[in-house]
Amino acid sequence: MSDINAVTSAAGPSTQPQMEPKHAGRGKKDKPRSLAADAWADLRRNKIFWVSSILVLIILAMALFPTLFTSADPRDCVLSRQHAGASGSALFGYDFQGCDVYAKTIYGARNSIEVGVVATLLSGVIGLIFGLSTGYFGGWVDAVLSRFIDIILGVPFLLGAIVLAKRFAQDPESNGVLAVTVTLGILGWTTAARIMRSSVITAKNQDYVAAARMLGAGPGRLMLKHILPNSIAPFIVVLTILLGTNIASEATLSFLGVGLKGDAISWGISIAEAGANARTAPEPLVWPSVFLAVTVLAFIMLGDAVRDAFDPKLR
Amino acid sequence: MTDIKADIDVLRGIDPNAPLLEVNDLHVEFRTRDGIARAVNGANFNLAPGETLAILGESGCGKSVTAQAIMGILDSPPGYITQGEVKYRGVDLLKLPEKQRRSVRANHIAMIFQDALSALNPVFTVGFQLSELFRVHRGMSRADAKKRSIELLDQVKIPAARTRVSDYPHQFSGGMRQRVMIAMALALDPDVLIADEPTTALDVTVQAQIMGLLAELQQQRNMGLILITHDMGVVADVADRISVMYAGKVVEEAGVYDIYSRPAHPYAKALLESIPRLDMKGQQLNVIRGLPPALTAVPKGCAFNPRCAFAQDVCRQDPPPPQYIVAPGRTARCHFWRDVVGDE
Amino acid sequence: MFRYIVRRLLQMVLTFFGATFLVFALTFANQDDPIQALAGERPITENLRQTLMERYHLDEPFLVQYWYYMKGLLTGDFGTSLTGRKIIDMMETAWPITIKLGLMAIIIAATIAVTAGVISGIRRGSIFDNATLVVTLIILSLPIVVLAPLAQLVFGIQLKWFPPTATVNASLFDLLLPALVLGSLVIATELRVTRSAVAENLRSDYVRTARAKGLSRKRVIGVHVLRNSLIPVVTLIGVDIGGLMSGAIVTERIFNVPGVGFNLARGIGTEDGPLVVGFVSILVIIFLVVNLLVDLLYAALDPRIRYE
Repeated sequence: MSDINAVTSAAGPSTQPQMEPKHAGRGKKDKPRSLAADAWADLRRNKIFWVSSILVLIILAMALFPTLFTSADPRDCVLSRQHAGASGSALFGYDFQGCDVYAKTIYGARNSIEVGVVATLLSGVIGLIFGLSTGYFGGWVDAVLSRFIDIILGVPFLLGAIVLAKRFAQDPESNGVLAVTVTLGILGWTTAARIMRSSVITAKNQDYVAAARMLGAGPGRLMLKHILPNSIAPFIVVLTILLGTNIASEATLSFLGVGLKGDAISWGISIAEAGANARTAPEPLVWPSVFLAVTVLAFIMLGDAVRDAFDPKLR
Repeated sequence: MTDIKADIDVLRGIDPNAPLLEVNDLHVEFRTRDGIARAVNGANFNLAPGETLAILGESGCGKSVTAQAIMGILDSPPGYITQGEVKYRGVDLLKLPEKQRRSVRANHIAMIFQDALSALNPVFTVGFQLSELFRVHRGMSRADAKKRSIELLDQVKIPAARTRVSDYPHQFSGGMRQRVMIAMALALDPDVLIADEPTTALDVTVQAQIMGLLAELQQQRNMGLILITHDMGVVADVADRISVMYAGKVVEEAGVYDIYSRPAHPYAKALLESIPRLDMKGQQLNVIRGLPPALTAVPKGCAFNPRCAFAQDVCRQDPPPPQYIVAPGRTARCHFWRDVVGDE
Repeated sequence: MFRYIVRRLLQMVLTFFGATFLVFALTFANQDDPIQALAGERPITENLRQTLMERYHLDEPFLVQYWYYMKGLLTGDFGTSLTGRKIIDMMETAWPITIKLGLMAIIIAATIAVTAGVISGIRRGSIFDNATLVVTLIILSLPIVVLAPLAQLVFGIQLKWFPPTATVNASLFDLLLPALVLGSLVIATELRVTRSAVAENLRSDYVRTARAKGLSRKRVIGVHVLRNSLIPVVTLIGVDIGGLMSGAIVTERIFNVPGVGFNLARGIGTEDGPLVVGFVSILVIIFLVVNLLVDLLYAALDPRIRYE
């Protein structure tokens, strides 16, 4: 078996010991590449990566500068325009309350992105701290925190989110952005922490970490300088995908009435409102749905492409 | 129950007088993303009943690939046999349709693998995996197949075979697992057994037991045995003849005594000198410089030249011709074999 | 096997107490006015305040409150909704249709996912494989709040292939569209896991052994590879149940399927705190039990676990 492995994996970066650059008869091609360089070379050729990156950029632009895309005011609703069809001034027509569907959809990006990004950062910070410390220290720290993760995963995600979002959204005046953000941030870190933990454990047992330890590096330095840079890639991939699912979850919670509320503009609220009248006026339902789906798709595609580039096993 | 060996009929053109197994000019390549890796570049050897041929070489030299090509179990893609013949009793196996090829495996040519733990399916009992052979190839009933399986486990000297037959592979020790592998390979009475590093994963004491068992079973059944290994010690004990492979070619073929006393290829010589010996205690061990070449970029000329103490300009330009006849039944692939032999 | 079961049971007990405590604490602890929180924004009559106070022992210390709540859970008393109906009774009328819907979703998803996953895994890089990868990517990124209304709009309202809503006595066909929507939640992951498990197992040493035994390709894949590849897929079911519960809340609301999710969604809409807490508690318990069962199934499928 050894032979065939040596041969077939000669393509992958795992056989670097065999790739003695000094050896005779080697082309330039066999020069060892770092994992990141390898991944980037792979990504550059990946169409999905480019498509999703461009989509993400457009969505970010929509969230940051909605006025670039529309001059209409999404809150300018006139009942007499109820369900009026598409026209030059309102590309997607008007909804039940006579609001401009196009403008509402464009402005909906802001809340989705804001909730998604901040919740993901929150999850990222929690996941990073938990993942690093459980992976690095092991022992009882690991045992306790792993059980804690089990408990959180013992509650199905949406059920937990409903209870949590209700808990945080006590103030009837608020539009729910903060409550939903904190909810998603608190519930979303478990996968990220687990990924971080396992890659830290792998990195921890590498020889270069042992060497650094013998040279007198303390835990802090070891973690930040040696372990973290070598185990961060899969973590970031998970966060990218989490960003996509957070945006979907925000819409779901808003749809159910425990997310954004009041006069907040959200794709989830739009979908919920339009559902009842979809029989006569499908457009107010279809457009926010399409934008929501494309946004989630863009982030998941991006995460997928990056993961494929960093996971040479599945090539 | 169908007649034992019923599917021999499928294999038309078998000549009982033809050599048991002949491999001629076998070429295998792997088409990878980084280019074509030529794993086997013209392997030649043959095998007689009751004979043990050792194929010796470092990992990556193409010996396992050769074995898989003979068995017809190369992963394809990426592996392809591009040239050559594998003749079993005069029938070229490479030309057979897949269905007949399949009936050759286990029935005529069987194989045991290095790491029995991963080579056995973890989720089935060893009884299931043994019985499978009788049920698929012989059409036996479940009960008959189980009975035969227990007999087989007895033959490879697994204690309490009757109860162990319903155990799972991970419940066996390393040595016992390798015995199960051997039982599985011998189930349908093959004439040729290929053992790919059968003892590498085992403790030294267990290694000796397994090799002893293999030798005993081989003698009982008059099988031809191809023993693939990198362990010169194992070879000296059991092999009749040795083929030394380097970078996908057989570089020397000789009887076991000849090669140990007077190797004719610098690589074989270097291998022998790299074995620690008691009578050389205190002296520096001769190691072979460098690493075997990547199969995507085999050096020009003789593949061994960058590591060879005898290498001259001609070695860097022209590959040695297929064989220099050193003695009857003894070949080497070296321009300077006379120097190597005489050097002693 | 025994040690494995005991360990899993202990873990489950711990998770059970932890998870229910989380749900309970989040609802009641540190509230200025827990009763108002339970009742939402509706005005509270003195009568209702009194009932809720007694029901949840809100005048007692927090841990005592939790003790009563746990006692309720363990004796099957999940409380009463603000409309005066017992949670357990509501559950009883609601669960048959939800189970039906869920089972349909699981069966449809698993059948398609395993079949397509095996084919994809065998023919990696083929047109079929690339097509399934694209399709699963799209399904993965379609949130249920998008998929359910759009499916209802297109297939229920416009094409009229399926009834757009269901009733209490819904036939299997009436539930087919919501079941497809619900199943799509888990189908993509199941398919991808099957695919990579098959691809990985195909490369394993025991497959080489099986081929060396002269077995046909059909038998190598159908018996040796499939059995090993199903192990990770089965373990997914446990996680999937959680996803299906979440999905059922949205799906049942949109398709008017009068099941557990529908009741829960209505409870959220009407700010019926006791109903939400009661339903969530029951669902958490079911989720944990299903996960325990899946763990046992896992042990049955993988002998290496059984004898650890």
